Amino acid sequence: MVLMLIVLTFSAFLCLYRIQQGPTIPDRAVGVDIMGIIFVNITALTAVFYNLPYLMDLAIIIALFSFIGTLALAKYLEKRSLDD
Amino acid sequence: MISPIGWIIIWIGICFNLLGTIGLVRFPDIYNRLQTSTKCVTLGSFGLMIGIFLLYGFSQTGIKALICGVFLLLTNPVGAHAILKGSLHYGIKLWKGSIIDKYGADKLGGEQIEKEEKV
Repeated sequence: MVLMLIVLTFSAFLCLYRIQQGPTIPDRAVGVDIMGIIFVNITALTAVFYNLPYLMDLAIIIALFSFIGTLALAKYLEKRSLDD
Repeated sequence: MISPIGWIIIWIGICFNLLGTIGLVRFPDIYNRLQTSTKCVTLGSFGLMIGIFLLYGFSQTGIKALICGVFLLLTNPVGAHAILKGSLHYGIKLWKGSIIDKYGADKLGGEQIEKEEKV
């Protein structure tokens, strides 16, 4: 069971490598997006392992904020203002 | 009876997550990275949530996992599409091995493929 969390954490570190290394800004945006989804998975698995149902609410909230952040980054890349 | 199937589906989801992030590191340009990471991570996360739903059934955790999975399945392609259009408008060139670029030729005036350097 701990092996699942180790594999997911390794995936998050691979995303972190892309965020640090990425040659352009959209590469870093993709890294942030995927790392948010990895965090959703880690939270959901923690809710299963420790039998805490309220952590699943936290997973839904992290997914929602990750989506909003991705859209904001995409809008910044397209050189539009945020209230357009 | 249903429990081993749930754990197997969770493992499949985790393997897809790992493969997607390896593709994020290994692929040559932003568009290829977006393709591999979005497909693999969407299927991986949805598989993981389906596995949790199979483990817990129609209880509190199971229903919330199903809602979270459907939300990820709906929103992740939208975010990827937005990043892709934004990076095209930002001026990132396609990889030099790319064949065709219809969107750049139609909307941006000329194909956006990076030219190969003459040696």
